[in-house]
Amino acid sequence: MSKTPRTITLRRVVVTGMGALTDIGLSAPATWAAMKEGKNGVDTITAFTMPEDWPVRFAGQVKDWNPAPLIDVKEQKRMDRFAMMALGAADEAVRDSGFDFKTGDPYRHGVMIGSGVGGILSTEEAHTKLLAGGVRRVSPFTVPRLMVNAGTGQVSIRFNLRGPSSATATACASSGHAIGAGYHAIQRGDADVILAGGSEAAVGQLCIGTFAAMKALSTKNDTPMIASRPFDKDRDGFILAEGAAVLVLEDLEHAKARGARIYAELVGFGACGDAYHIAAPDEQGSGAFMAMTFALRDAQLNTTDVDYINAHGTSTPLGDAAEVSAVKRLFGDHAYKLCMSSTKSMTGHGLGAAGGIESIASIMALHDGVVPPTINLDHPDEGFDLNFAAKTAQERPMRVALNNTFGFGGHNVSLCFATFED
Amino acid sequence: MQQGSSVTDTEIEAKVLQLVADQLGLARTEVASESEFDKLGDSLDKTELMMAFEDSFDVSISDETASTVRTVADAVKLIRVHMTAKQTEV
Repeated sequence: MSKTPRTITLRRVVVTGMGALTDIGLSAPATWAAMKEGKNGVDTITAFTMPEDWPVRFAGQVKDWNPAPLIDVKEQKRMDRFAMMALGAADEAVRDSGFDFKTGDPYRHGVMIGSGVGGILSTEEAHTKLLAGGVRRVSPFTVPRLMVNAGTGQVSIRFNLRGPSSATATACASSGHAIGAGYHAIQRGDADVILAGGSEAAVGQLCIGTFAAMKALSTKNDTPMIASRPFDKDRDGFILAEGAAVLVLEDLEHAKARGARIYAELVGFGACGDAYHIAAPDEQGSGAFMAMTFALRDAQLNTTDVDYINAHGTSTPLGDAAEVSAVKRLFGDHAYKLCMSSTKSMTGHGLGAAGGIESIASIMALHDGVVPPTINLDHPDEGFDLNFAAKTAQERPMRVALNNTFGFGGHNVSLCFATFED
Repeated sequence: MQQGSSVTDTEIEAKVLQLVADQLGLARTEVASESEFDKLGDSLDKTELMMAFEDSFDVSISDETASTVRTVADAVKLIRVHMTAKQTEV
């Protein structure tokens, strides 16, 4: 049977709620306030006993967060920390949005929460028990805990979300893809409200040890608080961090009909693959260049419209250089007029949660007219001559922001947010 | 936990009730001897509880035997049988 191509009108998508759990704040407003102040969240690891000879002994940990009473004891047993944090951020975002998910058609409400490594703490624990005592000693909750899609599953159950439901696993671009997928679903009319973002809770022996083995992490063990230094000539790798962030994405008309507060509009999503190396960008940052190009094309904006870029900027020698190169080539003279900062200088790298956390930073930058700083940027590397908002926040009116996230595997995402104008 | 016949059925039951309450996040008063595992939680909860009973009472309960356990009282009876059998072996 032949099908006739259909023409559909793409709907506008706005952000009406936000929630976050990070190493610098236990809510979206607390995280944003800490970013404006240039607060550091990285410190020596306390989550587990660290062998002294390990090359990496620090991370960004979400401290003093208690999943109860939101998640009771019985539910906690079914959830890895990453899923609990996803639920924590989602609950805040839902409350912030003022939307009652008990109303309306649940098949119009969806959820997409990405994660790089899912329930890796549960994987590690189960494997240890398996080796010591066999299958009979492994918790029956292991599989529901370790699945990368467990965050999405748990959030869908909590808020009765029966519309589009999926989880992206594109390493450090997971949140970016999740938000992009939510945006597309609402644009197309497949859903009216989507909880989208990411969560990561990987500060354990297995993840720290394996990332350390590939020499991706900073080894500044004596100075962890200034180890995350994107764009600085002394940067030596990224700092693994925990975090979760969820946005409430909503069809504009749906939001207006209920009188929702609109933080910003999601106007563009650009994504591409490197097809180059499993864990490194090419020197020119071709993937970053094309992802930003596609995001602006989708947004129907010019490079000169961009006021702020929340960089992927992980503090790795290669990654930062590739991104700076891409921005300079794509934006030309305008690269020196816009501002590009890396909030990972404060939070460390939340892997699959990064795109969610940094979307909130981008949205709030537009909302408040404040560029969050790149802290620890003492000596910009050679040729890194852009305005990185080094050390302190900068006030400036802004209308358009890009949020870049790039993942191992060669996944590149750029999201374009704009201040909402009816 | 003391082993074998020196432990009374009442003591076993008290311990089982406490384990069930702790694992399922319930108040101790919400669990009784006649409580049914199927109503307290799902099959995964029951599997994990059986593991907790094995740990606490140092017994081994086969999956086949575990499947016959319906109530807290059934579990207490089963644990008693296993503990006695174990002591007889020694």
